[in-house]
Formats: sequence, structure tokens, C-alpha cells
Amino acid sequence: MSPIIDGKFPKSTDVVDELLPVSGPVEAAGSEVEASAAAAAAVESVSASLEHAESAEDRSHRLSVATLMLLVSALLFFMATKARGTAVFALSDESDSVVLPRFSVPAVPTVIVCAVICIIAAAGLFLKAPPKVRVALNVLAGLALLVGFLSWAAGDRAFPFYITAQLNGSLALAVPLIFGALGGLIGERSGVVNVAVEAQFLSGAFAAALVGTMVKNAIQAPCKLMADAMAASECMADAAPWAISAAMAASMVMGLLMAALLALFTVKYLVDQVVMGVVMNLFATGLTGYLYQQFVNSDRETYNFVPTMSRISVPGLSEIPFIGPILFQQKPLTYIAFGCVVLVWFLLFRTKWGLRVRSVGEHPEAAETVGINVRATRWQAVLVGGLFAGLGGSYFIVMATGQFVRDISSGLGFVAIATFIMGRWRPGLSLLMALFFGFVSQLTIQMQSLNTGLDGAFLSMLPYVATVVAVAGLVGRVVAPAADGTNYVK
Amino acid sequence: MAPEGVGGLTLRGMTKRFGSLVANDSIDLDIIPGRIHCLLGENGAGKSTLMNVLYGLLPADEGTVSIDGEVQHFRDSRDAIDAGIGMVHQHFMLINVFTVAENIVLGREPGKFGYLDMASARKSVRVLSERYHLEVNPDAVVGDLPVGVQQRVEILKALTNDAKYLIFDEPTAVLTPQETDELMGIMRALRDEGHAIVFITHKLHEVREVADDITVIRRGKVVGKAEPGMSEAQLAEMMVGRSVSLTVAKDVATPGATVLSVKNLRVSDPSGAVVVNDVSFDVAAGEIVCVAGVQGNGQTELASSLLGLIPILSGKIELDGKDITKNNPHDSIYAGIGYVPEDRQRDGMVTSFTIAENLVLDRIDDYAKFGRIDLRGVVGKADALTEEFDIRTPSTALPGSSLSGGNQQKLVLARELSRPLKLLLASQPTRGVDVGAIEFLHNRIVAERDKGTAVLIISTELDEVENLADRIAVMYRGQVVGIVPPDTGRDVIGLMMAGMTYEDAQVSCGVRPAAANVAAIDEGQEA
Repeated sequence: MSPIIDGKFPKSTDVVDELLPVSGPVEAAGSEVEASAAAAAAVESVSASLEHAESAEDRSHRLSVATLMLLVSALLFFMATKARGTAVFALSDESDSVVLPRFSVPAVPTVIVCAVICIIAAAGLFLKAPPKVRVALNVLAGLALLVGFLSWAAGDRAFPFYITAQLNGSLALAVPLIFGALGGLIGERSGVVNVAVEAQFLSGAFAAALVGTMVKNAIQAPCKLMADAMAASECMADAAPWAISAAMAASMVMGLLMAALLALFTVKYLVDQVVMGVVMNLFATGLTGYLYQQFVNSDRETYNFVPTMSRISVPGLSEIPFIGPILFQQKPLTYIAFGCVVLVWFLLFRTKWGLRVRSVGEHPEAAETVGINVRATRWQAVLVGGLFAGLGGSYFIVMATGQFVRDISSGLGFVAIATFIMGRWRPGLSLLMALFFGFVSQLTIQMQSLNTGLDGAFLSMLPYVATVVAVAGLVGRVVAPAADGTNYVK
Repeated sequence: MAPEGVGGLTLRGMTKRFGSLVANDSIDLDIIPGRIHCLLGENGAGKSTLMNVLYGLLPADEGTVSIDGEVQHFRDSRDAIDAGIGMVHQHFMLINVFTVAENIVLGREPGKFGYLDMASARKSVRVLSERYHLEVNPDAVVGDLPVGVQQRVEILKALTNDAKYLIFDEPTAVLTPQETDELMGIMRALRDEGHAIVFITHKLHEVREVADDITVIRRGKVVGKAEPGMSEAQLAEMMVGRSVSLTVAKDVATPGATVLSVKNLRVSDPSGAVVVNDVSFDVAAGEIVCVAGVQGNGQTELASSLLGLIPILSGKIELDGKDITKNNPHDSIYAGIGYVPEDRQRDGMVTSFTIAENLVLDRIDDYAKFGRIDLRGVVGKADALTEEFDIRTPSTALPGSSLSGGNQQKLVLARELSRPLKLLLASQPTRGVDVGAIEFLHNRIVAERDKGTAVLIISTELDEVENLADRIAVMYRGQVVGIVPPDTGRDVIGLMMAGMTYEDAQVSCGVRPAAANVAAIDEGQEA
């Protein structure tokens, strides 16, 4: 047996190999048992027991990440020449119930140390550090970039850099991406590629603005007849929760309709999924833009003026120092988004329906042979996904400005797609990726208030650059559901 | 045999058409509990179509299915499953990223209110596995399991509903001989328990081994019933419709100088798993070396790396003494390597191109002047080749996709043999090809050998290996376990395909005395 089993089972086979020739019949019998056990173990996991080497793909990935790190360190060294004074970081707002201390670091040395860390990390990759160390090096280099950048930006400024505000804002900005990613990944788990998240965002936002405003006006109409000014303004204010709920419901219905359009043409009429998604994006952009221009914009009061959500502090929890202001002083839609991540995970991985959806996305023929209706399952998944993606559209209205403008989602639907791909079609991991994007977006907002001298338009590009780098460089190979993107013809 | 309409599953007048093609023409079949019924026929004879109709995957155009005299109407496979029919598919209907338990319960998951109760799923898989003595680990991920075990999962899946009628569609195609024996044992045990088994195959010795009833199908029609006692040649004649020779007549090889020399070749797949590990061998002019082994033991990557299609990790490849390790496929073709890929439709031809274009695809430069293709020259060459290689088509202007599998394979071989070769490298040269065409292809390969070309055949079919090989290299998990003479017994090669060395395999099969053990005892005493 000796020369054939390699890799991870050398010990047991070596033992067998050595025992057989030198031992008598009794031991030999014993070691035969061992041999067959080893063989059985080996047979049970073919891929696990094959020896591993670095493939060409992995090698080029490793080298390109290392090169990227070197570029980052060069950037940091350049920043070090521009940095001034000390950078002050605040762990809490002045208004928080518990005010935590601030700490400050000298800007120039910190940036230089960070640059050196990046070089070390790059060296580790060039020298083929073991995989676990590589992960640590990646994280280290990422943190060095962040700390170095912040030290440069916050050095010698009038205000400190508020860490709680940064993290609180990251969560809020991640909300549309969370919904978009959940909507997309449910469909793709069933094998229907959804590049129409942007269309679902836009149409959802449009419906939210329109329906929210009309519901608000309908409720407020009687208020205007009231004689008592106090009662009238109270009555007006009471309309807000209803208007917001109606806006959210309308966005979900719109997302559902868009999903139905996608499913109709891809699942039923077998149109190429990507082509259909692109066409839907153009369609939604054109339609909402036209309606906005022709009708909505002409009478903002009647069609396009929704009250926005206010923050809700969770009693007790929001008092926790540092964590409270970050996690528990959010707007309701943020809490809903986090709840939806758990909900979608449960649906996909803990229900019969989820198992069937995943089976249809991996191997529809196999699903068919056990009596699962492939097309019906795909319809369901795409529609359920539409609810979430549509709800993501309401973010731009009820959590942001309260009114629709042309192209309000500004391409975030596409970032949502990147989010769930980087999140490997898993709800939890997609949440992390959404938070990453939210973090970088919030960072650019903070930069603007720090007055770093960087151009605003340049800064608003950064989240997208970070996404490109993350997708292309750091995430590596991801495996999509096997039947993702292929129409099922019975 | 039971009288009509009494017990078991009866098919009457089953007809299935695809456009103008009649895949099944009024087929009658009786499947009786406690018997193994072999459905014998060539590729494309309509066996799988018939079973897919029976299993509710395809609607029948005419005919009735009845169970115990009661007529059934299956709208989908769910109905067939509920009626007690289970199917083990040729291409496993398993989801690789799911666990064994998830695969087995899919479509009939346990749990209340839509909740997926995996604990009870695991339990029911254990019960099932014990009841039928088919050992599986419910938590193993199917994609990590070897094919033999995957098939066990597929069988368990079919048995979940205590299916009375079990269809095995070409189940042995992916198995080692030992795994095949084990499968035969399982089938017999199930039969003895009272299950009715339909066994679809085109391998004649398997039929003779287990069949109680044999129905032969040719071009969609039942051509008759055969007796298990009939010889393989008789069965083949019924299957093909004319007498065919199952063995290739060839002289003993007269190997010349070494043409291909592979030294310590290592190749990894994209994930980094070393799928060809330290492989060394030579092929001489005028000999056929066959690489035997179960599918997925590195043969595909070996062939691809020899042509230069995928990068290698380390090692050296020489052709006629010249280092061709870093060659790309273009260099390899012009260095004199002919290559028949294992998937002819995907890698061997452009199915939407015409037959003529496909026949000159490798050397289109030779037919071009100043970038313009000499169409007349191309067609002339194509006509000559279709004639020589008996490629059956009304015109070489038809697309490659219009050819049958056997004729497509002839096309690929014709193209590769149409230029002077030093080495012919052919993967699965007769996969999915009917018996008549196999005979032709084998003869052409032997003729090429006799011209003095070195030939390397990669095949998972032991019949083919035994027919063609002058030497046999057995591969297991990326390594060449041994290179053995062509008269080595099937059982010995079978054990080697499962990883045993030549000597150990010979000992196990009783071909050679257990010399090692004798020596071991001697040594032990001395120590």
C-alpha cells in the first residue's frame, strides 16, 4: 500500500509499511486492520488527502496583493511628508451620557510606522508565509492603512476624529447595501442572476416617495381644518409613522413587481439573465426619471415630500459606553436590516424551502428528479428577494432626504451586487462586506468635515475604489452557486 | 415470467418522439419483483429515454405504465417516486455542496411548519443505511466523497421511499472493477429482498453476470429477449444488428526509440491540489501505452499538461529528445503531437463550424494565402478524409453538431491523423461511441502504431485498455502505481486502480506467492 497514499496520512501508512516486513504474523494481522482503517479513511476524503502545492493562480494572487501593499506603503510614506502635529481621536461624542477620554498620537511617526508595517506584511507574502499568517498580514496591512490615513487626516486639525460617529454612520450607510445584497443573493441562490438590484432600488425609492407623500397628505388633510393650532400640528406629526410605513410597504411592492418582471422573462421566457437585468436597470432609470420630471417634480408637496425616520435609542442598551452610541442609537430601518440578515439566513439554511432553493441553484436537474418544481422555486426565490431589494430602495427616502430625485441610488445597486459576491452568497458575510463599504463611505464624510484639503468629489470616489480593490485583490476566488446564471430548460 | 398484467411494473406501447426522431418506438417491458432485468443497448438506442419517461421526467407520447395491473399517470418524478419507483442516475443527481443527509432528504424533508429538521434527517439516513448495509456518513459533504461512495448515496436516495422498483442507469461507468463487483452484490441483495431491478448497461460481461431477464433495444425498438447464458458475441450481435469483433487483431509491437519521455511531472489543479504527482514514464515509437485508472485520478490533467494546455509545477517532458516542457498547444501540434481530448464536443471541435472547417481546424494556416482561406482546398481535403475515415454525413458543409457521437469522434481522429505524427495522445477515444465505431477507431489507432507513431491512450474502460495496450500504466491519485504488461489480469489491474502496487495486487489475486510475507517472517526471525 505504501507508495500510493500520500499527503496527510503518511504516518499511519508508514507505520504499516515498516511493520509488515519486520514483524511476525501476529503483529502483521494487527497492522492489517490498521492498514484497512487507514485505507478507509483515505477513501472517505479524496480531495483532503491529496498533497497541496501553490497553483499558478494562487501565486499570482499572492504576488499581486503583496505589490498592492507596497504601493500602499509608498502612499503612506508620501502622506508622512505632508502630516502635521498630533492626531486626536475621541471615543465618544460630547453629548453622550458617558464621555470617554480622548487620546492623541504624533502624526508623522505614526504614519511612518504604518508604512513600515505594510512593507513587513508585503515581505511576508513575498516570502510565502503560511496561509494563516497571511490572513493576519492582510488584516494588519489593512489596519495600518486605516490608522496611517486617519493620523494623517486628523493631524493638527481643529476637531478630533470621532470614532463613535464614524462607526455609527457606517452602520447606517450599510443599510441599503444589506437589503440589496439580501435581495440579490436569495435570487442567485436559486440560480437567477440579479443585476437589476439598481432597478429595484430606484423603483422602490420612487414608489416610497410617491406613496409616502400621498398617505401623509391623506392623513393630514383633516388636520388642516382644525381650529386649534396645537392640535393641528400634533395631528400633522401623527401622520409621520403612517407615511413612513406606507412608503416602506410601497417600496416592497415595487421591488416585488420588478422581481416579477425579471422572473417572467428569465424563468419563464428564458431570456439571458444578465441581459435582462441590464435592460431592467435602463428601464427603471428611464421610467423613474421621466415620471419624476413630468409629474412629481412639478408639485413636490403633493407627490414628493415624505417625513424621515428619527433615531430610536434602545432603552438601557444605548447607555453602554462606546457600544451603545454605535449600535443602539440607530434609525428603525437599520434595526430592521440587521434583523433581515438573520431572517434570510434562517430562511436559506434552516427551512425546507431554503434547502430547495439552494438545490435548484446548484443542480436543477437533480432537484427535478426528486420532484421539486424548479421554475416555481426560482419564481418564489426571485420574488422574495424582490421584497428585500425593494425595501432597500425606501432607505433613500425615509432614512435620507425624504424626497426622490433622479438616479437617487447613484449606483449603490451595483455595489450591493459586489457586496454579496464578496460575501460569497452568505447573509452574514455579506453583512460584513456591507459594513466595510459603509465604513469607507462614512470615512469620506468625516474627511470632508475634517477639512483635509482633499477635493470632495475625489473623496466620494474612495468607497468605490475601496470596493474595486477589495473585489479584485483581497477577496480571492469565490465559488458561485453552480447553476447561477443558467436558465433551466426542462 | 409472470403473465401479463398480474404482478409488477408493465410498460405497453411506450413511444417517445423528439421532433422527427423516434427515440422509443412502441416498447413493451415487464419488470417483475425479485428479478434483475437488464436493458441492453448501444449508446443512443433509447434506454435512458425510456427510463426517464418511466420516471416521470419526460412525458410519453403514447403507451401506458401500469403497476400491479393499475394504469399510472406520472406528471413528474414525484408521482413516480410515490408509486414506488427509484432511480440511480448515470450522472449522479447529487448536489456536491450538500451533505449526504441533505441530499437524501431533499424533496421530502422532515420537520414541522417548514422548519428543516436536520437531526431527524440524519437519524433517518442512519436507519436507512443500516437497513440496507450501505455505509455512509450523513454529515460528509458529497463533493468530497469518492464516486463509489457517491453512488451509495444515490442508491440510498432511491431507496428512501422503500422503492419497490429500482432503475440503475449505466451505474458501472464510473466504478473500479472491485466497486462494480460490490454494486452487483448490492443489486443481488436487493433483488433477494423482493425489489425489482432494471439494470441499464452496454457492458456485456456485466449482463451475463447478474441478469435474470434481458431485453435488447436497438434504435428505439425492442429487438428481442436474450438469455443470460448467451455468449458475449451473441449479445453484441443482437445489440448492434450485425456480427462485430470485440477484440482488435494486432501484431506484437516492435517498439523503437523512445519518443515521449516524462520525468517527475507534477501538476496542480487551480485549488492547488497536486493531481499529477511525480509521474515518470516513456512511450517508444511503435507502441501503445495505455493509462488506466478510475476517472478523476489525474489522467485529464496529465493529458492537458503534456499538450501544454495547463501549466505544470515541475518536471520535464521530452519529445524525441527535445525539451517541450514549456510548449504551448500550437508548438506541440507543430512538434508532431496529435491530441484527441476526452470531451470531443467541448474541446475537440467547434460544433457550430462545418465538418470541413473542423477537419482543418488545427492547420488552417496551411490553407491560407495572404490571410485568405483556400476553401476549395479545404473542402477537397475534407472530402478525402470523410471518405477515408468513413465519417457518415451527406455533406461536409453541414455543421459538426449534425454528426452522431461516433462520427464526431472519427472526425477528431481523422483530423489528428491527417498530418505526420510523432505522438498520438488520445483521451477516452471511444467514450460514448457505439460498438461498430469502436472497432473502426481501434483499428485506426493500431494502424497508426504500426506506422511507427508512439501512442498514448488514456482510458477508464478496461476493455479498451486490454484491447489496445502494449503496456499499461495504472494511475491512482495522481501517481503511476505501476506499469504492467498487457496480459495482466483484470482483477490485478482493478486492485491497482484502487491504489495497490503490482506485487501486492498479484499476491491478493493469488497470481504470485506472498513472497514479501515469507521474507518478512524470515527477517523477523533473524531479528
